[in-house]
Amino acid sequence: MHGSVIALLLLPLAAGVAGTALDRLGANPVEEFTHLTGEWALRCLLLSLAVTPVRRFSGAAIQPYRRSFGLLAYAYGVVHFSVYLVFDLAFDFSLLFEDVAERPYITVGFAALVGLTPLVVTSSRAWQARLGRRWVALHRLVYLVAILAIVHFWWFVKADHLGPALHAGLLAVLLGVRLLPRQPPADAGNRGWGAGLGHG
Amino acid sequence: MSIRRPAAIPSREITDEEVYLRRRHFLQAAAGAAVGMALTGCRAEEVSAGPAAPGPAALSGVVKGPAAFQTDEPSTPFEDVSTYNNFYEFGTDKEDPARRAGSLRTRPWSVAIEGEVARPGVVAIEDLLRPHALEERIYRLRCVEAWSMVIPWVGVPLGEVLKRFEPTSKARYVAFETLVDPELMPGQRRRILDWPYREALRIDEATHPLALLAVGMYGKVLPNQNGAPLRLVVPWKYGFKSIKSIVKVRLQEAMPETSWSAENPREYGFYANVNPEVSHPRWSQARERRIGDWKKRPTLYLNGYADQTAHLYKGMDPKKLY
Repeated sequence: MHGSVIALLLLPLAAGVAGTALDRLGANPVEEFTHLTGEWALRCLLLSLAVTPVRRFSGAAIQPYRRSFGLLAYAYGVVHFSVYLVFDLAFDFSLLFEDVAERPYITVGFAALVGLTPLVVTSSRAWQARLGRRWVALHRLVYLVAILAIVHFWWFVKADHLGPALHAGLLAVLLGVRLLPRQPPADAGNRGWGAGLGHG
Repeated sequence: MSIRRPAAIPSREITDEEVYLRRRHFLQAAAGAAVGMALTGCRAEEVSAGPAAPGPAALSGVVKGPAAFQTDEPSTPFEDVSTYNNFYEFGTDKEDPARRAGSLRTRPWSVAIEGEVARPGVVAIEDLLRPHALEERIYRLRCVEAWSMVIPWVGVPLGEVLKRFEPTSKARYVAFETLVDPELMPGQRRRILDWPYREALRIDEATHPLALLAVGMYGKVLPNQNGAPLRLVVPWKYGFKSIKSIVKVRLQEAMPETSWSAENPREYGFYANVNPEVSHPRWSQARERRIGDWKKRPTLYLNGYADQTAHLYKGMDPKKLY
């Protein structure tokens, strides 16, 4: 089951590669492929943020998916960035520096990818055990990464913000449910955001 | 004005569209056969079904425009030009206009000529065009999103059309409007821009011989998604200046408001001249991807039309003409 879900989420990537090879991505395949990988990076990230609330409300034993979704998000993000680096910038790192420094949507997108990196590196059980409580604190960075990814999408779009707004709404729900008291309200007085987040 | 660009190029050097399409279908079918049914089964059927559905009608009586209005660069395939469009009246994805613009009816069509002219009026498109010979002109089109195409347009010089309506001495600007009709243009059901789409030129820009009112491309009637039945083409400016499906032309003294600069004045100005030195907040304008290329190429000042148009901006700071 777990393997099938991962395979399913890799389908858009496979379709993008096949579409490029077969010249089925339209007039501007680089742009199409960049958009596709960016959107799926964001969706996998949102899926990873959905695991904890879904588990909490349904009791389903889906915790292992959280790491897989996070890794998939990173994989899509790396491909997204690589296409831009290879085809848009032709490996010209001075152009990369200029884009990151001067174009806000690229600044935040780049920051999101960089921010996700330590979470990927420390995503194994061994690292989780080694870092203990600090692991939980470190992995709260994912909320910031998700917000940056949404902002990146929002600022990229010229006029029609429906797509970014739908993803932003989803993120708001996923963050919002973490603020709900974990037990009946009477017991929830001192539980702040962090308390809920620690498990997310 | 000076028209100094040397000669260029016979249309036989443009890849013939049908040859191109056949080649494309062949490649796809071949690739499909190799890869197997899953992704490509339907391609094989398309090929065996024979020629594709008839495209737009051919235009007759088209003459080759002057050499100064051509280019020796290969034209972008018709299929790409007619399926990769920014025309938010039909949706904001590039492929939306090709899919949805069938709802637009382009006949009957009339254009209102208003404002500072001695002879205002509402003119049927046939009457608007009748006195002029249709010319083919091969122009580069540079989009503000850092991609570009080369397109053989068919049209008439805007300046010559305007002259017939006798602009007054107060006619300093020419403002254009696109049709508003959410029935025919489903993208207008949502307020993505403040419809109608509006664009404008200074009168000396509008009467510059490069400025074209296009009714066709590739020798055929303009596809709806490319701005049928009547669109502007101003090749030294970013593509969004070249307004589509025009229903109103107004000559006036004050600088008109234009859609994109009203939407986001920080990012879009009135002039929108192509300039690799002026970065847009979203896109470096130094380079562009010619559709069909993988890598980008350097962008030229005024999209390579500086010889012909730079004099229009003498004494103005080119960095402010974004």
